[in-house]
Amino acid sequence: MTRLSTAFSKPHPALVAFITAGDGDTAANLDALVAGGADVIELGMPFTDPMADGPAIQEANIRSLNAGTTTADIFALASAFRARHPDTPLVLMGYANPMTIRGGDWFASECNKAGVDGVICVDIPPEEDPELGPALRNAGIDLIRLATPTTDTARLPAVLNGASGFLYYVSVAGITGLQVAAQTSIDEAVARLKAHTDLPVAVGFGVRTPEQAANIARVADGVVVGSAIVELVAKHGVNAAGPVGDYVASLKQAIVTARKAYA
Amino acid sequence: MTIAELTPNSFRNQPDDRGHFGQFGGRYVAETLMPLVLDLEREYRAAKQDPAFAAQFDDLLEHYVGRPSPLYYAERLTEEVRKDAPAGKGAQIWFKRDELNHTGAHKINNCIGQILLAIRMGKTRIIAETGAGQHGVATATVCARFGLPCFIYMGAKDIERQQPNVFRMRLLGAEVIPVTSGAGTLKDAMNEGLRDWVANVHDTFYIIGTAAGPHPYPELVRDFQSVIGKEARSQMLSRINRLPDLLVAAIGGGSNAIGLFHPFLDDKEVEMLGIEAAGHGLEKEHAASLAGGRPGILHGNKTYLLQDDDGQIAEAHSISAGLDYPGIGPEHSWLKEIGRVRYDSVTDKEALAAFQLLCRTEGIIPALEPAHAIAAVEREAKKMDRDQIILANLCGRGDKDIFTVAEALGTTI
Repeated sequence: MTRLSTAFSKPHPALVAFITAGDGDTAANLDALVAGGADVIELGMPFTDPMADGPAIQEANIRSLNAGTTTADIFALASAFRARHPDTPLVLMGYANPMTIRGGDWFASECNKAGVDGVICVDIPPEEDPELGPALRNAGIDLIRLATPTTDTARLPAVLNGASGFLYYVSVAGITGLQVAAQTSIDEAVARLKAHTDLPVAVGFGVRTPEQAANIARVADGVVVGSAIVELVAKHGVNAAGPVGDYVASLKQAIVTARKAYA
Repeated sequence: MTIAELTPNSFRNQPDDRGHFGQFGGRYVAETLMPLVLDLEREYRAAKQDPAFAAQFDDLLEHYVGRPSPLYYAERLTEEVRKDAPAGKGAQIWFKRDELNHTGAHKINNCIGQILLAIRMGKTRIIAETGAGQHGVATATVCARFGLPCFIYMGAKDIERQQPNVFRMRLLGAEVIPVTSGAGTLKDAMNEGLRDWVANVHDTFYIIGTAAGPHPYPELVRDFQSVIGKEARSQMLSRINRLPDLLVAAIGGGSNAIGLFHPFLDDKEVEMLGIEAAGHGLEKEHAASLAGGRPGILHGNKTYLLQDDDGQIAEAHSISAGLDYPGIGPEHSWLKEIGRVRYDSVTDKEALAAFQLLCRTEGIIPALEPAHAIAAVEREAKKMDRDQIILANLCGRGDKDIFTVAEALGTTI
């Protein structure tokens, strides 16, 4: 069992929580995510041109880069996190250029050294897998692929080929943090995806209230929350750990309760 | 390895079926866009085989855009350059007059092609990014012509320095959306364009303005712009019964350059020179991705980019808003690596001098983009024999730039 598969084997769906590395007191916020009950951590790698992100995460990227965050800093944060939290899976999420600039093998090896469990790369679709996929698979790092409302059944096998860890269902055709998908469309999509894969399916984009998290938890294996946490970091700056921990705990409670009620 | 193994049979059969030009190009987009990008490729392949599509494209280029554009021998500029040249030197300077197109630049060639594709695909809403505003104006123009709603993303800084084009776009019925993220220039406008597209994939067609972005954009933009080189090649042959010795074109994303170069790529005797914007100088702020960058992934393709060691994209600088972009079309990156095209750069200052030189010697006010090419033409002509021929692409006219030039020259208008 990997840390990721263990996280998705719990009696409740996994809460996947995202923050941007280098924005605010990242180490304290990571600890708050774990303390609040996050089952999987997604650590965003800041990029100058985050094309798939809405205003909240765009601004977090800018704050982080303006504070001087480097790729080395991100791996240092990851290594320190791994030392403090040996069991919580950590996934790096970001864009192709910072991940591949020194070569896929270099990136995969750094992930390995830092105890990173998986990688989500927004702008490397299966068609460009050779850029990063083989390096990650050789290093035993999960390559987490994205499925979207535009990924039809004919295309799904291409997306699943080489995917591991979990499947991230982007519930809206759009950018992060803005729109909310209709619950019925999420229900249908998750059912369709689960008919094609044994990978756990986590649903994200636009999820911000405990109620939304609970509704998704009734059908999916995981709930991803990002922009809402990043907004708390923006609001509270270096003192965000408290509010972040409380918010994540409220999401976690809703997820655990939802699945119990459903079961 | 033999020479035959190193040299492809043709330089004109790129990209491969995955959209790669050697190691460059590709389709580095979010999964949401991927099915749409594949659709576009299928539609483009079908359109390419459809004589009706070609007929409509050609008809619009002739009667709406005003093609073919003239091929012009710049006699007084040639004489002027010869004054400073060593004895016997000073090549003849010819221009492909794409600044005479409707809307004043080469950009319209591509917009006509893409809006026909959009209509063919049943899309009902058009978006585009623009830097100098030329592509925005061209897009707004074809949207007005075909009655489709048009949304143009433009950096806030570019809106400030290109007010006349902003007004033109609004007159044409387009909504100009200011982009304040990043430095508020072309790259940021492209990010916002991609964000809009990903949220509106069902009804929206993204008319990309240069030969960059995810496959098949670099290929289709090149094909639509190749009308420049095809015309120039046959005009040269019919006028003087020979091909030019050197082609010169300015490069931001590189669509006017690839449009001129591509039809000549297999003419071994024709040399080619692409001119990037050196801004304040290559050791300072500039927009010369090939000279000062290295390969990376941005905006859907792998190509040379201005970036730091961590792959964070740098801000470009050029006096010309149309060249102010930290990347370059992937086919140029490939042509540089295989050595078929030579690339060099010209500073803001040199471009301004060439801008004025062309005004005075030929009575043509060029855009600041081709002013970069003209500066390089001066440099090259002095090294070449008098019976040799340089053909440069005069890809845009300078009406839009008079305020920028006045400011740079310290004049108030």
